[in-house]
Amino acid sequence: MDLFLDRVVIGLEQGAIYGSVALALVLIYRSTGFVNFAQGEMALFSTFLTWQFWEWGVPIAAAIAASMGVSFLAGAVIERVLIRPVGDVEHNALALVIVTVGMLLALNALVGWIWGTEGRRFPKIFGAGTVDIGSVSISYQALGTFAVLAVLLGLLYLLFQRTKLGLAVRAVASNAESSSLAGIRVGRILMFGWGLAAAVGALAGALYASELSLLDSNIFFQLLIYAFAAATLGGFDSPVGAVVGGLVVGLVTVLAGGYVGFLGEDLKLVAAFAVILVVLLVRPQGLFGRKQVSRV
Amino acid sequence: MSHLLEARALTGGYGPVQVLRGLDFHVDAGEVVVILGANGAGKTTTLRALSGMIPARGEVVFDGRSIIGRRPEAIVRFGIAHVPQGRGTIADLTVEENLRVGAIIRRDREVGADIDRWYEMFPRLAERRDQAAGSMSGGEQQMLAIARALMCRPRLLLLDEPSLGLAPLVTREVFERLAHVNRELGTTVLVVEQNANLALEIADRGYVLEAGLIAASGRADELASDESVRKAYLGY
Repeated sequence: MDLFLDRVVIGLEQGAIYGSVALALVLIYRSTGFVNFAQGEMALFSTFLTWQFWEWGVPIAAAIAASMGVSFLAGAVIERVLIRPVGDVEHNALALVIVTVGMLLALNALVGWIWGTEGRRFPKIFGAGTVDIGSVSISYQALGTFAVLAVLLGLLYLLFQRTKLGLAVRAVASNAESSSLAGIRVGRILMFGWGLAAAVGALAGALYASELSLLDSNIFFQLLIYAFAAATLGGFDSPVGAVVGGLVVGLVTVLAGGYVGFLGEDLKLVAAFAVILVVLLVRPQGLFGRKQVSRV
Repeated sequence: MSHLLEARALTGGYGPVQVLRGLDFHVDAGEVVVILGANGAGKTTTLRALSGMIPARGEVVFDGRSIIGRRPEAIVRFGIAHVPQGRGTIADLTVEENLRVGAIIRRDREVGADIDRWYEMFPRLAERRDQAAGSMSGGEQQMLAIARALMCRPRLLLLDEPSLGLAPLVTREVFERLAHVNRELGTTVLVVEQNANLALEIADRGYVLEAGLIAASGRADELASDESVRKAYLGY
């Protein structure tokens, strides 16, 4: 029983991280209508940046904040320089996907070129201790991850539902043409959306590396797969769905890895693919996603 | 007297295809002006050229300032609001959020009061204020699109085929509201329409567009009674 509860806690913790990367995917999907395959590698780059600041002696929290700031700017620049010239999703969806796949490879190579390919030790953001609740012990790291995710969701909710800027982002996502006619500077909103997603990715990357205590250039590809599973499960257009999807995927993969003998630790990624497959078969729009209805 | 909006030798189109072949027209403050014409005559393109949605050449002067070559988000700040054809509403936002988007360029504190005023004028919108715009009927969406455009307190309202896809009774209601807005607020209206009868009823003047050129122009009652215009361009 204790082992089971431990696994639940670990699953939820990992799920919270998957959920936050899925959140970054959802932020871009909602504003542009396509999936950014480079999200994981953008987060990888940001996390190496965080590590570099920390290595230079900056406290880890400040290092993360600085990296989020740089990532926000870089995300905005990527939208302006690499994405927008390619065109919009209605006319050039395939080209856009190819560009993000190219970015995935380029960023991964860039990280290897700058920081090398060997693993780096990444600090525990919230310290190494644990809290005992009954028979279950929960690490500070897990509690911190939950808290960060909850605060992040709360802030995003306030941004989207309570501010003019958030209203503008949602308007552009739904109807860019009418939004620009209303005076919204659509280009700037798209840059903001990409910047925001990159910053969220930087935060998620730091949580991920911190949980593993390790950072190397290969681990983020897996993270992206888990995030895809989470976003598919929750629905690509729902921030809440992304987080719930992340928690479920985290639980399923950890429990499947623990209890399904032939899967084990090495093959638990298969569980994530299984989640994607089943969702696409049963409920393609995801748990919280809206079915696309078009009036004709 | 100088006109509120004046276009001279206006050309424009999509890529290499020039749809407008040099239009001259004007709209005076307080007028309702209608542009009539068959499918493909260039009515929609004219409005898109005016609001900066497509590249256009020639001269467009609004309130003494040249607006040609400006982007849509700049032109709305000059005081020109454009309700595009079909889906002028932002489908995923609620009715109230749509109205707030309409006022997004305003910095004053009377936005809430304006929203209440539109709810008074269009009670159906008030009933559905928390409903997604995309789930409403075509007529309700058209009313919302107009109200949203008026939320930025424009001096000139551009309307693209408000009757498209609406039942005749609903179309009549939309036009009556439009005439009301023009009378009460003094908002100048430039509307393009295929539904000539109704549009000419509320319009002061009209232009008939054919293949990217202005083929006829005049007072609305003259156009409505002109046999040759009617037969050739209005199809009744």
